[in-house]
Amino acid sequence: MKFFTLLRANLGRHKRRTILTMASVALALFLFASLRTVVTTLKAASQFGSARRLVSTNATGIVFPLPIAYANRLATIPGVEKITWANWFGGQYGDGKRFFANFAVDAKSYLDLYPEMQVPADQKAAFLADRAGALIGARLVDLFGWKVGQNVTLRGTIFPGDWTFTVRGVYTPTDKAINDDAMMFHFEYLDEKTGRNGLAGWYIMQIDQPDNAPRIAKTVDDMFRNSSAPTRTGTEQAFNASFATMWGNVSLLMNTIGMAVVFAILLVTANAMMMSARERTRELAVLKTIGFTDRRLFGLVMLEAGIITVTGAVIGLGAAKLLYRATNFNAAGFLPGFDVTTATLLLGGGIALVLMLASGIVPAARAARLPVVAALRNVE
Amino acid sequence: MKIPFTYNVRSVLGRPVSTALTALGIALVVAVFIGMLALANGFAAALTRTGSPKNVLVLRRGADSEMSSGLERDVVSILSGSPHVARGADGRPLASPELYVIIPLGRMGDTTQLANVVVRGVSDAAWGVRANVHVTEGRRPASGRNEVCVGNRLVGRFPGTGIGETMRFAGRPWAVTCHFAAGGSAFESEIWGENEQILPAMRRDGFQSLSFRLADPAAFDEAKRAIEADKRMQVDVYRESAFYAKQSELLGRILRILAIMITAIMAVGAVFGAVNTMYAAVASRAPEIAVLLTLGFKPRSILASFLAESALIAGVGGVLGCLLALPMNGIVTSTTNWASFSEIAFSFRITPMLLLAGLIFAVVMGTVGGFFPARRASKVPVVQAIR
Repeated sequence: MKFFTLLRANLGRHKRRTILTMASVALALFLFASLRTVVTTLKAASQFGSARRLVSTNATGIVFPLPIAYANRLATIPGVEKITWANWFGGQYGDGKRFFANFAVDAKSYLDLYPEMQVPADQKAAFLADRAGALIGARLVDLFGWKVGQNVTLRGTIFPGDWTFTVRGVYTPTDKAINDDAMMFHFEYLDEKTGRNGLAGWYIMQIDQPDNAPRIAKTVDDMFRNSSAPTRTGTEQAFNASFATMWGNVSLLMNTIGMAVVFAILLVTANAMMMSARERTRELAVLKTIGFTDRRLFGLVMLEAGIITVTGAVIGLGAAKLLYRATNFNAAGFLPGFDVTTATLLLGGGIALVLMLASGIVPAARAARLPVVAALRNVE
Repeated sequence: MKIPFTYNVRSVLGRPVSTALTALGIALVVAVFIGMLALANGFAAALTRTGSPKNVLVLRRGADSEMSSGLERDVVSILSGSPHVARGADGRPLASPELYVIIPLGRMGDTTQLANVVVRGVSDAAWGVRANVHVTEGRRPASGRNEVCVGNRLVGRFPGTGIGETMRFAGRPWAVTCHFAAGGSAFESEIWGENEQILPAMRRDGFQSLSFRLADPAAFDEAKRAIEADKRMQVDVYRESAFYAKQSELLGRILRILAIMITAIMAVGAVFGAVNTMYAAVASRAPEIAVLLTLGFKPRSILASFLAESALIAGVGGVLGCLLALPMNGIVTSTTNWASFSEIAFSFRITPMLLLAGLIFAVVMGTVGGFFPARRASKVPVVQAIR
């Protein structure tokens, strides 16, 4: 490119300023990408869920159980293909500081309903065969150093006492929105140890067609409406969404901060560009004298701003993408599948362009309109 | 000799655009800093204020929240008879055996959006035990009726929460007879009713926790020892204030870490901005500085003067940031208290200390950003600069 040397010379004139400005842009876009990814991850979590799975909970509240006898009645509803149930356990491991989901499941039917949870065949068989066995998410292996065959003891909070399980298998979710730090164990073990019987926390049904979901959900709820434990049935997606909305206005908070960050950096870059242009008034006048058109000067200043913001953006966005991927970050289990999406990267690129325009426009226009004679006379 | 501060003020005013841009950048960082800490503060304050240091909370051994706890009636009556429990004016123990459940409620406007709300079944003594709770409007639920009192923060956010209206949960209608305030604490996000009404409605036969007023507030350790050693029950005894403060720990910590990480990154960007501005200022004022040096000002004075100038710009930014953040004070927001899976509403809380912290933060950013440019200024070669 013809003006490459000129651009390089201009950018290199105040190397420190150029680098610091680029770094500011990079930091801003790193932060922007991180905040935005919190929002997209929560959104993905609330949209996760097969349209073919329905979840039934006690209508009074999620802490209330449902009779296990419902399983047989639910299975007879036309359109329901498979059914399984689970119960929250709420055990803690070690000092209890690292929260992770653990619950009792009807093992065989549960794994049947969740093909997204991949377990090696031999481990699956071992888990199904061992009443005190447990299936753990791959992250728990990294987190606590658990191994297959090892005994782990959880301290019950809802069900008092120490509970020892043998790790029989490790699952890896194929869908990123599924937690990879959960632990599952056999329902029979829970019933046997607590002596309680005939209760399930929630039911999950697989239905034949997503279109039938509203009809089947209504059939289920009507069936138990006047019983002692009425149900609330909805798609798995709605069930997950209800947890995601519990975060409150996180999206608003993250977006507001993101805007503030971008705006703050806009001020920094705009200031840097204006300083550069002001210092070069005489040079610009000389360039005009030797035949550079107004439009070309406008373009040159803009391009200079663009190089700074785009380079910064590439560094910041790239760092965010690679860092979160390399560290397998998931915010202590709260944000499974934390990964900077392509849409976020594109949006970040867009912001870099806006930064270029907003920070370059004033100095570029000033350069284009510069009266040569006045400029040359004023300096020195 | 010190260079007069007016020199800096006038220099700063001489380049208004660049100063304003730098100060505004710092203002935004300070505003985000204050805003996020105000959020963390508000959340912690809501939970910390929930408990009273004069009260004791008893849970089943091993339970980590009121929700996972359970206390049978016999345990409750043993506890109520304990000599450590204070007595009310009527001679009855100031102890409230409570039921703590969360129910899904549709939000105002969009009733398909469900939020988990705490329903607390309390005894009549609860209104005495919880000294921070007082009815703001209406009358307390009458014993033996399906009546509830609704926390202030729920009013207007969920349908049917007005006095005289009816809420429906646990398969029954509940008449709302009053609203209560509790000093901005988490109680204000709860629905209170008589425990003996809520219990059967929820098909429970035992309580979950027991709160009582200590007969002697100083004798907590003694009470804890005596109750936990009692062979007839397996319970954990907590000072109420400490228990609720601990409930805010997880989210409070997340918010603080987030606040510090975000503002630290933003601050670096803003400092870079200050560095650029100050270097440019130093470069354009080289002849001036040389004159000052010729006049006999020490390089040390020049350094101090430019540091002061940078701090001044940042200080202005800090004040602006505080002003930007102030309107956030009191804004009510809600989130889930992950210790109980229930929604809790609280307000941003900006304290004078927080504003001061923001100002100091701004000045530190300015000083850090101004240091290298100021050092450059103090080393301006006199002869060349003047020529």
